[in-house]
Amino acid sequence: MLAFIVRRLAISVVVLAGISVLLFVLLQLMPGDPAEMMVDPFSFSGDRAAAVQQRREELGLDQSMFVQYVRWIGEFVQGNLGFSYSTQRPVTEVMLERFGPTARLMGTGLVIALLVGIPVGILAAMRRNTAVDYGATVLSLVAISIPSFFVALIGIYVFGLKLGWLPTAGINSPGGGGFVDSVRHLVLPAAILGLALAGPYVRYARAAMLEVLGQDFLTTARSKGLARRRVIGRHALHNALIPLVTVVAVQIPTLFAGAVIIEQIFAWPGMGRMALDAVRARDYPILLGFVMAVAVLVLLCNLIADVAYAIIDPRIRLSGARA
Amino acid sequence: MSEPLLSIENLVTEFRVEGGTVPAVNGAGYQVMPGETVGVVGESGSGKSVTVASVLGLLPSSGRVVSGTARFAGRDLLAMRERELEQVRGRDIGLVFQDPMTALNPVMTIGEQIAESLRRHASISRRAAATKVAELLAEVGIPSPKERARQYPHQFSGGMRQRAMIAMAMANRPRLIIADEPTTALDVTIQAQILDLLRRVQREHDAALVMITHDLGVIAEMTERVVVMYAGRVVETADVDSIFHHPRHPYTRGLLRSLPRLGERRDELPAIGGQPPDPRRLPDGCAFRVRCDLSGGRAECGFQPALSEVAAGHVSACHFHGELAEEGVA
Amino acid sequence: MTALDTMTTSAGPPEGQGSLSPGQLAVRRFRRHKVAVAGLVVLVLFGLAAIVLPFFLDDPNAVDPTAIRQGPGDGHLLGTDSAGRDVLARLVAGGRVSLLVGLSVAALTTTIGLVLGAVAGYYRGWVDAVLSRVTDVVLSFPTLIIVIVVVAFVGPSVPALILGIGLFHWPVAFRIVRGLTLSLREQDSIQAVSGLGAGPARVLRKHVVPAVVAPLTVVATLEVAQAILLEAALSFIGLGVPPPTASWGNMLNEAQSLTILESMPWLWLPPGIAIALTVLAVNFVGDGLRDAADPRAAR
Repeated sequence: MLAFIVRRLAISVVVLAGISVLLFVLLQLMPGDPAEMMVDPFSFSGDRAAAVQQRREELGLDQSMFVQYVRWIGEFVQGNLGFSYSTQRPVTEVMLERFGPTARLMGTGLVIALLVGIPVGILAAMRRNTAVDYGATVLSLVAISIPSFFVALIGIYVFGLKLGWLPTAGINSPGGGGFVDSVRHLVLPAAILGLALAGPYVRYARAAMLEVLGQDFLTTARSKGLARRRVIGRHALHNALIPLVTVVAVQIPTLFAGAVIIEQIFAWPGMGRMALDAVRARDYPILLGFVMAVAVLVLLCNLIADVAYAIIDPRIRLSGARA
Repeated sequence: MSEPLLSIENLVTEFRVEGGTVPAVNGAGYQVMPGETVGVVGESGSGKSVTVASVLGLLPSSGRVVSGTARFAGRDLLAMRERELEQVRGRDIGLVFQDPMTALNPVMTIGEQIAESLRRHASISRRAAATKVAELLAEVGIPSPKERARQYPHQFSGGMRQRAMIAMAMANRPRLIIADEPTTALDVTIQAQILDLLRRVQREHDAALVMITHDLGVIAEMTERVVVMYAGRVVETADVDSIFHHPRHPYTRGLLRSLPRLGERRDELPAIGGQPPDPRRLPDGCAFRVRCDLSGGRAECGFQPALSEVAAGHVSACHFHGELAEEGVA
Repeated sequence: MTALDTMTTSAGPPEGQGSLSPGQLAVRRFRRHKVAVAGLVVLVLFGLAAIVLPFFLDDPNAVDPTAIRQGPGDGHLLGTDSAGRDVLARLVAGGRVSLLVGLSVAALTTTIGLVLGAVAGYYRGWVDAVLSRVTDVVLSFPTLIIVIVVVAFVGPSVPALILGIGLFHWPVAFRIVRGLTLSLREQDSIQAVSGLGAGPARVLRKHVVPAVVAPLTVVATLEVAQAILLEAALSFIGLGVPPPTASWGNMLNEAQSLTILESMPWLWLPPGIAIALTVLAVNFVGDGLRDAADPRAAR
């Protein structure tokens, strides 16, 4: 099993390196000369051309592309992603500041998606072709089809404006406000983010469970006289979870996309909002830092999926080969 | 003569399909005496497996028993609630399935899967169950049973898996073992070992055995009495000698004629000419008449032949069973 | 279980009707799928509206400073927006954009998926290994974020949107085509053909395309739904269809102001409902098509 994880990890590193080359090329294609931008034409006095040239040399921009890439990746590995064009602050620092709120939003959203999506999907499979199944299937399709930002607008309208139950902007009230206040701010955005993801989870869970319910070993389990609860709970669920773990983990990055939208609507000070601000301000280092963070998350989730897969499937755990 | 252990009568089972139902069993029935070995033979689709699944409540959700009775040791299985039936399954009746790869749960150890059956039907400790599991695995010829119990199905060879499956079926010393094509998925060399094992445990546990198979070789080697099924009905029942030497139904005779020569191996019964009938469009009257070399289009075949006793303990459902008697051995 | 095996192996065509072609059977299965039929009706109505209505409505971009943010009523069935433009006319124009983006992306992704999938399945080996690995990564990378980056460099426009989504949304089609091509390759027909010197293009046309038409139609349909959703989301955050061109997403953009959200529902409810209904209808049709194309995958 260790060999399996190491191999997967190695592949992830290669993929990440590929993405970094891609990003580096993008970086070179960026309009504007970073050195020019760093020497403010309005406030700078003296020989500006020389100052820019000095900056270029400091930044290594006079070196060949390859040398620049090696230096860039060297800095990257050390956690140095450059400086924001608009605030001059280190990208890493800005991102770390925004990471907490995003993690809170995405984490809660994921928990909601799992708690709603998986049980509903499994229930639908067990009550196949009944009203429960049809209802769950149609509702999951509705959740997939209605854009989350429209749901968010309706949510703000109903719970924020009309009922006045929940705050609709920010991570907590101005000047802070304690735990309850944070939770109240979290409810609406996290629920909307989670329910959007619950739609696909219902479908995956239903499909995985249906697949298992048709398997021979369930008949064997019943032939031993096991009660239905044990047949489903012990035999069917464990096997259904195996394919489910993979799709669930691989889908986590789509939460990031959802967070970009939700953070925008709810004025949530996270990485998604940071990215949109960066696009508008053409703050490329921030934007690239964000993309790199998403890439790391994507690969991390793939890795988590593989490891979780290996843990719950003894065929992989013991042989190291993926079925 | 004693009471039959298992007695199935006039069983009708149908499956729900798109736009209606399809009959899979059309009034089948047979009996199994205590300690007896009965072979149930027929082409795929003849209803031999569905009959067993019906009486044990193991039909898939699209299947439904329409009518009939099934008594086990005097108790009506079809009238039982699911709870009661669970008590019978695995304790009084053990099942061995065709493909031990798919019939075993891939994510549970062999030991857990056997222990689960033990603990379901007797209140014994985990430790006692583990000891019993090792004994059972040793009994079915699995070396180093303690270690093997901790392994998963994929770490077992096909033959070993089927041995484990048999150990599981035997776990609670059932009075009846039903083996559904237990050797079909195995290599030829392993097949003989598994049949030997089944015979041995049956004898040692004094259990009755129902062998469901399409392999007449297995029937000849293993069984005392044979039930021949066709299109969801029993068409002939007799002791194994009579079936092989004095068949009184043209379908049975066809099966025997198509037996592979020595050393030849076939996976399915060779066609008798024509296909088994489509269960959705069974012909009126005798279901076999379209493939029958005895019918010759005679009017009688438009009527469903009843099972009638043609000799002591020998029953056939053919209008012209007498003609076969005169012909003698084919 | 064996009981089930015996049933499925002996069961022929599932309906038991005489001599209908597979195509007719598929149509029949689709028509039995009531929500799918309803979805199709909705789509046809929306499509007709997008084509016909513009002839009867105001110019969707005609600014009228004398009629700003008017509620639904005379002259403007759904009212006017902050620039005095007719909401209904913009709704219909937005529908055209959604349709354009949805269909273009579906065409683009299925074409890319078809070609790459066939190449991977036909050549196998390292070509297949590389393409499949790339697919895994692209598939797990959220498209919305990729398009945001693309737009950050080239600026928002409808072509950028179509290319941005289309160039990164092909993995689903790719996997289906690759799988089918691999299995076709195992069959004699292609081996015979390629043995006679038929090139990959011919094999693609003669064997792969006919085999993948049904599943690819399903994928393409679902792709339309996803593209419409992505377009709407990107336009909503101002990185999709650039103003003044109307799109359902950028019409909703205005609703981020609480005043509009609270007191001018005619500005945001119609485009939101239009997106939801359209995408839902497309998804229902896609589900119906899937069941029609593959009865075994049916419920």
